[in-house]
Amino acid sequence: MDDLRIIERTSNMNDIKISAKGVQVFYGDTHAIKDVDVEIADKTVTAFIGPSGCGKSTFLRCLNRMNDTIDICRVEGSIAIDGQDIYDKRVDPVQLRAKVGMVFQKPNPFPKSIYDNVAYGPKIHGLARTKADLDEIVEASLRRAALWNEVKDRLQAPGTGLSGGQQQRLCIARAVATAPEVLLMDEPCSALDPIATAQVEELIDELRQQFSVVIVTHSMQQAARVSQKTAFFHLGNLVEFNDTDQIFTNPQDPRTESYITGRIG
Amino acid sequence: MTDAATPSTTPGNPASKKGSLLVTDARTKKRNNAEKRFRAYGITAISVGVIFLATLLYSIVGNGAGAFTQTFIAVDIALPEETLDPEGNRDRSEMSRVSTFGYNPLIQQALAEKIASLNIETEVPEAAFGQLLSPGAAAQVRTTVLNNPDLIGQTVRFDILASSRVDGYFKDRVSRVSLLRDSNLSPAHLDIVDELRDQGFAAKKFNLAFITGSDASESRPESAGIGVSMIGSLAMMLVVLLLSLPIGVAASIYLEEFAPKNWFTDLIEVNISNLAAVPSIVFGILGLALFIQFAQLPQSAPLVGGLVLTLMTLPTIIISTRAALKSVPPSIRDAALGVGASKNQAVFHHVLPLAMPGILTGTIIGLAQALGETAPLLLIGMVGFIASNYPDGISAAFMSPNSAMPAQIYEWAKRADPAYYERAWGGIIILLGFLMTMNIIAVILRRRFERRW
Ligand SMILES: Nc1ncnc2c1ncn2[C@@H]1O[C@H](COP(=O)(O)OP(=O)(O)O)[C@@H](O)[C@H]1O
Ligand SMILES: [Mg+2]
Repeated sequence: MDDLRIIERTSNMNDIKISAKGVQVFYGDTHAIKDVDVEIADKTVTAFIGPSGCGKSTFLRCLNRMNDTIDICRVEGSIAIDGQDIYDKRVDPVQLRAKVGMVFQKPNPFPKSIYDNVAYGPKIHGLARTKADLDEIVEASLRRAALWNEVKDRLQAPGTGLSGGQQQRLCIARAVATAPEVLLMDEPCSALDPIATAQVEELIDELRQQFSVVIVTHSMQQAARVSQKTAFFHLGNLVEFNDTDQIFTNPQDPRTESYITGRIG
Repeated sequence: MTDAATPSTTPGNPASKKGSLLVTDARTKKRNNAEKRFRAYGITAISVGVIFLATLLYSIVGNGAGAFTQTFIAVDIALPEETLDPEGNRDRSEMSRVSTFGYNPLIQQALAEKIASLNIETEVPEAAFGQLLSPGAAAQVRTTVLNNPDLIGQTVRFDILASSRVDGYFKDRVSRVSLLRDSNLSPAHLDIVDELRDQGFAAKKFNLAFITGSDASESRPESAGIGVSMIGSLAMMLVVLLLSLPIGVAASIYLEEFAPKNWFTDLIEVNISNLAAVPSIVFGILGLALFIQFAQLPQSAPLVGGLVLTLMTLPTIIISTRAALKSVPPSIRDAALGVGASKNQAVFHHVLPLAMPGILTGTIIGLAQALGETAPLLLIGMVGFIASNYPDGISAAFMSPNSAMPAQIYEWAKRADPAYYERAWGGIIILLGFLMTMNIIAVILRRRFERRW
């Protein structure tokens, strides 16, 4: 009786947000993603790990169709968000990307003021009717990115003048400002020092309350620290996908085991 | 440990493979010498360049500065009502019936009186006094009188342009010896000129008319100015700017950001690079065929010149704009697309502003190139056209025949009179002034836009 109730509760909490089936990605003749099935839960942090070049970024970029910008890239299979196929002909990738925010490996704030960086998304999507609305969105987003206290006195200062960690949190604030439902992060801490990394990781844990977060990381410690689910990719295949503690304590596949014990890198 | 036992080892000279740091080894010496040699080459190259530039500037300024001053002779001219305004009603249309021939005797007489009053003795016949003044003197007086009818009835002091020979004497271009074989002026005239100068009635002054005036006939170099052809150049530059900037930038943005990468766009790209290297005279003949013979636009019109120069400038602008767009980091595009901006928004909100300094610099350099271009104008009839009248009205500035600054300079350099040679150099100073101003504007714009991080 007791056991059953627990299972029911977890599955309720973990509604499926994104469901990918039979995804294949080609760059010209390179077969970068091979038949990947994965289900990403809502209000959860899902980590993609794997050796470099295994296709983590490629798969992540499928989820908001950023791969459309690469001419030679071809995606097959189906990816659905809330049951709607995002590769459907009727879907406008611009609308999709407002719903699926993205944070990149290298902090890339616009060369504009901190305020304008955060306000840009809401402006182009018409999320704010008045200046006051916009101010409110900017403040809320910066607060959510744990940056407000550091920048509230210099909102008009250039975003590119912040430190690396602050820039990355600014990029997170920018992504959060368009009120997305999913947040994709491609190695968001790889350009940051340990303290900034810790801040961003803390932030990711916070963001889980509201978004479905997918994070690519090359650091297994990071995956273990921040994620509830982990997917291990190898040479374009999804080798194993399970609860994070399962992957790290009890890997099913020998390749996963070699990787987490440091034998594949 | 064994090292310590070897006799050669001293604290100052440890017997390691590398040797002492206090002694430069042969390899390092060689590298240092190579560096010194390269620096010497560099300094030599720069010195040679600076010397050339200094020589160029010196000769341009030395030869051309004279064109900005001109000799004037002060004459007190009586303006009697009975000859200039017989009706006595100061009506402009009636006064203008008196042609320059009516004014000539007045000037002649005034000059004779002046020479007599200064007690100058001369063998020059009174009828030849007029050779001291520019043939345009009567026109100068007439225009002044027509514009100020109140002067009639008075005796007014006019500063009248001296003839080019007199001016040449002031500028050491003309001497008594050279005048022996000259039909325009005799050596005896110069005695009068000396006297006039000593008494303060003949002097060199700054001559604004060189900058604002129109071209004159071969025999009146003293009154030729570059102003009208400057208007021609200005009209052409406007056409070039208004056409090549939007077309060039739009083409570059499309090619760089939107066009699919295939053999066709590759072909276009190769062709644009090739066009940039096509000799400008080829654009001239294309313009002749396309705009004058086919489209029936008027010959020698600045509009046609502008169109031809647009063709010539477009590749420059496209290449520099594409380079500027390419230099914007792709992460900015990703960032914009990542928050759900459309491709168009990403380009116009983020990429284009960042590329702006490069685009503006390229455009201004293209314009400066076009401003100095002469060869294509040769074929559409702008070289050799005597720009003797200001165009009346805006549309005439584009449509009626005109010259352009470099064409005007070429025209002057071709003329036989050495006074025109000086004007050609003077024109070059003005042209270089424009080019320098444009380059400074480019630098300022670049700075201004780059400040916006
Ligand atoms: N733009 C691209 N063009 C061609 N091949 C690419 C491109 N991006 C990635 N690839 C290839 O796809 C494979 C997966 O790359 P990626 O997804 O970046 O790996 P990861 O993020 O796991 O390190 C690699 O073999 C890489 O060479
Ligand atoms: Mg990657």
